[in-house]
Amino acid sequence: MAEQNMKMEQYDSSLFQQVELNEQAAERISGKSLNFWQDAWMRLRKNKAAIMSLIIILILSLLSIFGPMLAGRDAYEQSITKAKLPPKVTGLEWAGFDGVSTLGEKEINFYETKKVEENYWFGTDHLGRDLWSRVWEGTRVSLFIGLMAAIIDVIVGVTYGGISAYNGGRVDNIMQRIVEVLTGVPNLILIILFILILEPGITTIILAMTITGWIGMSRLVRGQILKLKNQEFVLAARTLGASSTRLIFKHLIPNTLGTIIISLMFTIPGAIFFEAFLSFIGLGLAPPQPSLGTLINEGYRELKTFPFLLVVPSTVIVLLMVSFNMLADGLRDAFDPRLRR
Amino acid sequence: MENRRKLLEVKNLKQHFNIGRGRVVKAVDGISFDIYEGEVLGLVGESGCGKSTTGRTIIGLYDATDGDVIFKDENVHGKKSRKEKLKFNRAMQMIFQDPYASLNPRMTVGDIIAEGIDIHGLAKSSEDRNNRVYDLLETVGLTKEHASRYPHEFSGGQRQRIGIARALAVEPDFIIADEPISALDVSIQAQVVNLMKKLQRERNLTYLFIAHDLSMVKYISDRIGVMYQGHLVELCDADRLYENPVHAYTKSLLSAIPLPDPEHERTRKRIIFDRPTSGPVGKSTDDTSIPPLREIEPGHYVSLTDAEYEAYKAQLV
Repeated sequence: MAEQNMKMEQYDSSLFQQVELNEQAAERISGKSLNFWQDAWMRLRKNKAAIMSLIIILILSLLSIFGPMLAGRDAYEQSITKAKLPPKVTGLEWAGFDGVSTLGEKEINFYETKKVEENYWFGTDHLGRDLWSRVWEGTRVSLFIGLMAAIIDVIVGVTYGGISAYNGGRVDNIMQRIVEVLTGVPNLILIILFILILEPGITTIILAMTITGWIGMSRLVRGQILKLKNQEFVLAARTLGASSTRLIFKHLIPNTLGTIIISLMFTIPGAIFFEAFLSFIGLGLAPPQPSLGTLINEGYRELKTFPFLLVVPSTVIVLLMVSFNMLADGLRDAFDPRLRR
Repeated sequence: MENRRKLLEVKNLKQHFNIGRGRVVKAVDGISFDIYEGEVLGLVGESGCGKSTTGRTIIGLYDATDGDVIFKDENVHGKKSRKEKLKFNRAMQMIFQDPYASLNPRMTVGDIIAEGIDIHGLAKSSEDRNNRVYDLLETVGLTKEHASRYPHEFSGGQRQRIGIARALAVEPDFIIADEPISALDVSIQAQVVNLMKKLQRERNLTYLFIAHDLSMVKYISDRIGVMYQGHLVELCDADRLYENPVHAYTKSLLSAIPLPDPEHERTRKRIIFDRPTSGPVGKSTDDTSIPPLREIEPGHYVSLTDAEYEAYKAQLV
């Protein structure tokens, strides 16, 4: 007992301080308040690959709009005397843009032999059309088709899936059976049928995509809404008397938006690739309309003699596909619902 | 008790769910009880006995299969006009079980609380709306700085209090609390239950308090109803239920409460209740398996068969 008292006296009471018990302080939250989008953007910014992809997509989009203007040449103008010129850029000769091609064993500078003064940055094709202008026109077609696929996904897919899930029961049952029938129709056969009736072209491809392209999105949205509509916060809104419009636009859609955007970012490269594939096998755009698919198709025939005709459009489509997929991956990580809550 | 005004009457309420292939789950199968103004009725029972379904059916989240719910002398089910519905929504509110799922993650706390105010057009101006939100936040022990934040920034207890503030925003008379504390830590449970008690005193609220924690229910409730397989098997005053449980299931439930007393715990005997059931998913499909309620003493209703009733009377003499 005495020992304990001795020990206690070793501690000076002035060294101790009363800890304040403040309930208000316990409730305080420090740190910035971020909403969902700010939070996602913060996470996306840390993903270097996704940001690079975003920049590449922006540059390619700008080039697809202004590229042909930069060169000042028409993408359709033919001139046989200037056919099959290799790429030449003043100042970039060291990188292969020197206007020299190897035919057989010999290296020939076509600009000198054909007496062409001006430079063609990406060269010309077998009809003497400027490849630079054609590539960017083709990219424009690809991006346009990607954009249309996204719009169809949002308008048809989201609405269809949303209605199906929100109403549920018999409506859902019937709508899902229709979808099942549609998924059974092979895409390629549908396209061929459309080309039989209509002319090959952008409209035909888009029409074919309208019929089946949105199914994946509608299923995704249906699943999300089915899950959300029995969540307690939706029930709470219903007990408060929220109208259907309010439920859909304030509670259901904002909580599905992340999923919709991620899915869209995967739809776009899918559609671009689909168009290129169709054009490559000759079911897509008709010449002289350029698209990345038709350019690659023309290029691969001259692969041995003029490889630039294949390399340039291929590089562009690879950049597009990789960038969109990387960006979509980044967005998925940024929106990942498992990291939130 | 008899001269107090009945706020809510539930008459032979049934809620059956069709689970496909002709199979039916009778989640709630013909229960009747009254709730008087200003009281707290506790509803207890094991998981899946239909407590939550009862609450959700009363408030109209599910369409009742059969039976009536009479709130303030008006039958509230099968209402048509939107105006009447809104009036009912203002008078009856609900507090939900899972504080992590009951707040919309895309809305600020201010917007969540103000949702009822917006729907019913209670605020005259945006300033009035904000002031109401701040008042409500303070009522539940939060501050107005919290209004601009998102739900994921809060703890479970704080979220549950936000849920309470949302329910209070429309100034209801009657609140159904659907296991409001079962997802919380014990220390936070007391905080939330005390808040609910305080609000009840200050605002003269009536609660239907659904829970499976008997000690908490006893603490907050005036009367307690015991549910078993979609039926109400015993209903009486909270204290009386603990003194004199009559139904075998109630006895079994009460025997499961642990007490912080080693002496008692050592001698505590669990009473195992094993009424034979006949149903595919543990639900009784046979209406006769649970006999109707009968009043064995004033205000004490028990579901007993004739034989059991005779035995009970014999034991009293």
